[in-house]
Amino acid sequence: MQDKNVSLLDLFWTFAKVGAMTFGGGYAMLPVIEKELIDKKQWMTRQDLMDFFAVSQVTPGVIAVNTASLLGYQKRRILGALSATLGIITPSIIIITIIALFLTKYISSGITEKLFASIRICVAALIVNALLPFFKKGIVNIFTGFLFAFSLAVYFYFKISPALLVVFCAIAAIIYNSIKRKTAK
Amino acid sequence: MIYLLLYIEFFKIGLFAVGGGLATLPFLYQLSLKTGWFTTHQLADMVAVSEITPGPLGINMATFSGFNAGGILGGIIATLGIVTPSVIVIIIVAGILNKFVKNKYVADAFTGLRPAVCALITIAVWEIIKVSVFNFELYEQTSSIKDLFLLKNILFMVILFVLMRKIKLHPIVYIGLSAVAGIFINF
Repeated sequence: MQDKNVSLLDLFWTFAKVGAMTFGGGYAMLPVIEKELIDKKQWMTRQDLMDFFAVSQVTPGVIAVNTASLLGYQKRRILGALSATLGIITPSIIIITIIALFLTKYISSGITEKLFASIRICVAALIVNALLPFFKKGIVNIFTGFLFAFSLAVYFYFKISPALLVVFCAIAAIIYNSIKRKTAK
Repeated sequence: MIYLLLYIEFFKIGLFAVGGGLATLPFLYQLSLKTGWFTTHQLADMVAVSEITPGPLGINMATFSGFNAGGILGGIIATLGIVTPSVIVIIIVAGILNKFVKNKYVADAFTGLRPAVCALITIAVWEIIKVSVFNFELYEQTSSIKDLFLLKNILFMVILFVLMRKIKLHPIVYIGLSAVAGIFINF
């Protein structure tokens, strides 16, 4: 819902926090978004976030940026989308520039490898923890359970592109629901 | 005019790389061959650095490659280039979706999209688990099942997970704790 109470600065700052606290690509930001945007700010529900992720997956570009733009647009239209996007990219620009200027030599040394190994385990645990409530919202009947299992199977056996998978599931759901409505009549 | 070229090249990557950060990798690889702005060896380093620094992977890599090609301003321009198509497309798509949000077919489509997104996040987390608490490389060489499981790492993950379920601290707290643990324990 459009919401004039959400200021552009608030959008910028909140997504800057998400950017600064996300380690890894795409869905690694799930735990931070859940904490900052769903629990603290209550700007969206888990279901909204799933819908945003789905749209982000099939539109061009980095998933984190697409999700930020979508929420920003929902709150404050075009200026909101721009504020949220600038927010999520600003920490990266600052941090990477500093690293590229001074630290490239050290960062590929042993200590960072060690840190990364433990952070990666933590990120995996965080995503699993954040993912559980999503299953409850997304997998609600036998049909959606089937789509979930089907998506996993098709991805692991055929390495089909995630965007294609998303499009397929959308079409399958439209057909399934249309047939269900017809037979209910 | 390196900045204009950077903007255009990264605009194209943002437009054609569908599916997030790592999807930009093949495009960056081609860019390094085509322009010589950075070497493929540098590209490998950039991926490693981008993964252990905060921020979305795709954005970090854009800033990094832009920096290698054109300094600080290059990094900023490449990053703005890669997000421009996203913002334009999202504004158009969100505008259309807002009009059709009550449409029954759009609502139907989203009931199918949600389980797909659950599956995609499951896949994403599996890809991380696969390389952090299992050792598939060693297992393929030895075929001995005890080489597959990195018991210390699995135990660490389980402890973290139980802590997260019991005490709902901010994710960054757990990341900080893990980083400290990583200094003292060899994972």
